[in-house]
Amino acid sequence: MKPVDWFTQVLEVAAALAAAPLFQGWVNQCRAWLQNRRAPPLLQTYRGLRKLFHKDAVIALHASPLFRAAPYVVFSAMLAAAAIIPSMGTRLPFSAAADAIALVGLFATARVFLSLAAMDIGTPFGTLGARREMMVGFLAEPALLMVVFVTALISATTSLPVMSERMATQSLALSPSLAFTAVAFTMVLLAENGRIPIDNPATHLELTMIHEAMLLEYSARHLALMEWSAALKLFNYACIGFALFIPWGPAMGGAGPFALSAAIPALALKLAAAGGALALIETLSAKLRVFRAPEFLATAFLFAVLGLLVHLLLGA
Amino acid sequence: MIATLASPLDAILALLGVWLVIGVAGLVRPMNLRIAGRSLFPLGALCGLAIAAIAAASLGLPVERIQLPIGLPDLPMHLRLDALSAVFLVLLGAAGAGISMFGAGYFRSGQGTPPGLLCFQYHVFLASMGVVLLADDAYGFMVAWETMALSSYFLVIAQHRLAEIRRAGFLYLMMAHVGALAILLCFGVLQGGSWLFTFDAMRAAHVSPLWAGAAFLLALVGFGAKGGLVPMHAWLPEAHPAAPSPVSALMSGVMLKMAVYGMIRVAFDLEGGLAWWWGLVPIGLGLFSAIYGIVFAAVQTDMKRLLAFSSIENVGILFTGLGLAMVFRGAAMPTLAALALLAVLYHALNHAFMKSLLFLGTGSVLHSTGERNLGRLGGLIHRMPWVAWLTLVGALAIAGLPPLNGFVSEWLLLQAFLYAHALPYPFVNMLLPLCVGVVALVAALAGYVMVKFFGVVFLGQPRERSLADAHDAGILERVGLAWLAFGCVALGLAPAPVVAALSHVGVQLGVGALPHNGAPWWMLVPFDTGQATYAPSIFAGALLAGILLATAMVRVFHHRRARRAPPWSCGFGALTGRMQDTAEGFGQPIRHLFTPFFAMRRSLPSPFDAAPRYQVDIGDRFWNALYAPLGPFIDRLAGGFAALQRGRISVYLLYALATLCVLLALVL
Repeated sequence: MKPVDWFTQVLEVAAALAAAPLFQGWVNQCRAWLQNRRAPPLLQTYRGLRKLFHKDAVIALHASPLFRAAPYVVFSAMLAAAAIIPSMGTRLPFSAAADAIALVGLFATARVFLSLAAMDIGTPFGTLGARREMMVGFLAEPALLMVVFVTALISATTSLPVMSERMATQSLALSPSLAFTAVAFTMVLLAENGRIPIDNPATHLELTMIHEAMLLEYSARHLALMEWSAALKLFNYACIGFALFIPWGPAMGGAGPFALSAAIPALALKLAAAGGALALIETLSAKLRVFRAPEFLATAFLFAVLGLLVHLLLGA
Repeated sequence: MIATLASPLDAILALLGVWLVIGVAGLVRPMNLRIAGRSLFPLGALCGLAIAAIAAASLGLPVERIQLPIGLPDLPMHLRLDALSAVFLVLLGAAGAGISMFGAGYFRSGQGTPPGLLCFQYHVFLASMGVVLLADDAYGFMVAWETMALSSYFLVIAQHRLAEIRRAGFLYLMMAHVGALAILLCFGVLQGGSWLFTFDAMRAAHVSPLWAGAAFLLALVGFGAKGGLVPMHAWLPEAHPAAPSPVSALMSGVMLKMAVYGMIRVAFDLEGGLAWWWGLVPIGLGLFSAIYGIVFAAVQTDMKRLLAFSSIENVGILFTGLGLAMVFRGAAMPTLAALALLAVLYHALNHAFMKSLLFLGTGSVLHSTGERNLGRLGGLIHRMPWVAWLTLVGALAIAGLPPLNGFVSEWLLLQAFLYAHALPYPFVNMLLPLCVGVVALVAALAGYVMVKFFGVVFLGQPRERSLADAHDAGILERVGLAWLAFGCVALGLAPAPVVAALSHVGVQLGVGALPHNGAPWWMLVPFDTGQATYAPSIFAGALLAGILLATAMVRVFHHRRARRAPPWSCGFGALTGRMQDTAEGFGQPIRHLFTPFFAMRRSLPSPFDAAPRYQVDIGDRFWNALYAPLGPFIDRLAGGFAALQRGRISVYLLYALATLCVLLALVL
């Protein structure tokens, strides 16, 4: 490993940390434009975080240490995920520690801790949210793993950076299996990040919410960490999508610092486009009832399976 | 003494003898809790540790055999220690040590079996499992297998004054014997006409493919019945809650693995000429058991039943991996066969630690609150922090979350499935990769179940007032729990040395080996570094670094003031423990999504009921379709035979005459 690889690694994590709220702000802004509302400032998410960090934490009387520890664990899991995903370069020293399957496991760890923390206070909403989150989770995980599997079959590896490299060297022609898988991945992204067909990030109507219900008892710094983690998760998912389906841009292999300087604008461009697309999907679709979520995610799974079968049958 | 220690097999035999002696020593003063509980059980734990250590040290050594001058006149007892036996001996010793340590603090005198007798049954159970693993002839194997079944039966009915426990014990005993019969028949087929019942003779025997298949199916029924493979699972969710918790832990954590051991022994060692496609049977049954078990676990309200169903799930995963290894072996793909077998062995080891840990955790909860029903628990993390945090380790591990151990075996299994498309068989090479979806669904559902289990028992507020005086586990129990939790963490963080040790099994059985790739000890690399790598210690370090970074950030940004207030709950003030989500509520999405699995009976109140009652009974379709009609059928059959018995001597004389005539006709 060369120093530039370590630099890429640190830069990636730092960029994820700094840019995740920005990306979320950008999605919010696009959404507001598309829905004919006046958009909040781009930096509104940072202001929100700053405000939360300044407040006094109010913790429920019978909260256990698990409740206080969970935000740190979830945040750290999202940081570790950011370190694995090749968003700027593919020579990441840390990526050998965990492959794409471990990444799926990492998201599961975060989800379990979030749900456990939501159950800790014992309010009806918290438990309800935890139950729903775990339900969406166990439906989304097979679909996500299937997506990982198809791309792993195509690239003959489960290591995410290597996968990305091999995808990038393929011809530009759209392979049908990848197209199916990309649709599946987008659906999983929407479900896992509490976006509109499954959950509404803007709602605070108790009976419909999932993610927000779990955070109801959190305040101040803990809430800030949780919000930041949610932003990081969305950012990470977007970067996984780039690494698998739009792998051009990041510094490949042993490319020098120049490639890195080209990778940053490429990433920004992709994020801007993805944010717009996400806002468009969210504006065009309506929220599903909770028990329609399985159908949505089963469709995602089916798309991934189709991708797999198409790859095995046609080799494309 | 030094001479006996020189050979691992002798040393292990001696230690198994020590277990028996400890058991007999318990009988001297059966009512004395101090002798039986506080001193004999810890001694048994030490003995278990020693067995595990010796077996682990013997892993690289050549196969060792001895004959004991006991047994049938022309069939002395053959014993053999190879890598496969050694791996399962490590499992038995190490997990057994934690359970014994816990048991030392757990067993109390009271109703039911006196502690000294329990100590005897318990150690006979342990020793018989040791002999099962060492036996090298069918006779010795069956004797040990039956001893194991009987001793565990008596342990299950420790509280024999309760009718439901006697009933559960009876069901267990019956299934155990149906299974044992199948195993006996399997050995009968495997000797292949040589009428020699040593395992060596079976290895050498040539069995026609048809009979080999029959023997395999018999083994699958026999060992599947012991392991709780669907549809032979009916005893498991009854017997596990009935038994005292250390016994449930031992049965679920260790005894079910004996079934896996037996299956590996038969399929990979004794049977040579088995066609590859027989492997599809355990894959199918295993996947179905896995999903069936975990779906039923999700709707349980009794915490021990929940764990029992989760054991069915894990046994299903073990059999799936085993079948996959058979398919790969049949297709002459030794690397992948070795990988799948490794996943099975690793998962067996993992499950021994995590399931024992969880069962023991429920034991502590049961002792402290007297409740097994999830609907009457809650908030115990405040009253029982030791038990809660150690159980959390087990729950996270069994949910397959990195960097704990459950994830490692799941990862290995998924890696094996990933290359199933390279199989040279059409259709199979397309269907097997799809099984990944099922494995992933099962793993994710396991997460759901564990959140339900841990969240409802330990988190939230107490659902009953009596929980306020729950107390934490004693020091001996904590030591047992901590040892098992340590096992979960250690197996999770250092997988590469474990995999290196386990690969001796594949090599000795001639299945295959993973390629040497010069990976460092902290990194798990099944093939080569470009394909897949997993370094959990680095991974855990990164998680820890992330937590430190977040803490540091909070220190910079935040003043770290906090105050305590009543929970907000959207401004609703009068919150009580009874308003929390229940175990039934947590099961509701599963009931909704997997309705075809359940035989559900709902009784809904009408709008005019003065005292409305809502009730859901969730039944097992296999019980209704398979087991329930069996009882009346056997009764009718027995009734038919009873018709022969007239109770008049003239009729019996007539029978004797008829028999004589028939025999004469046959002879002449």
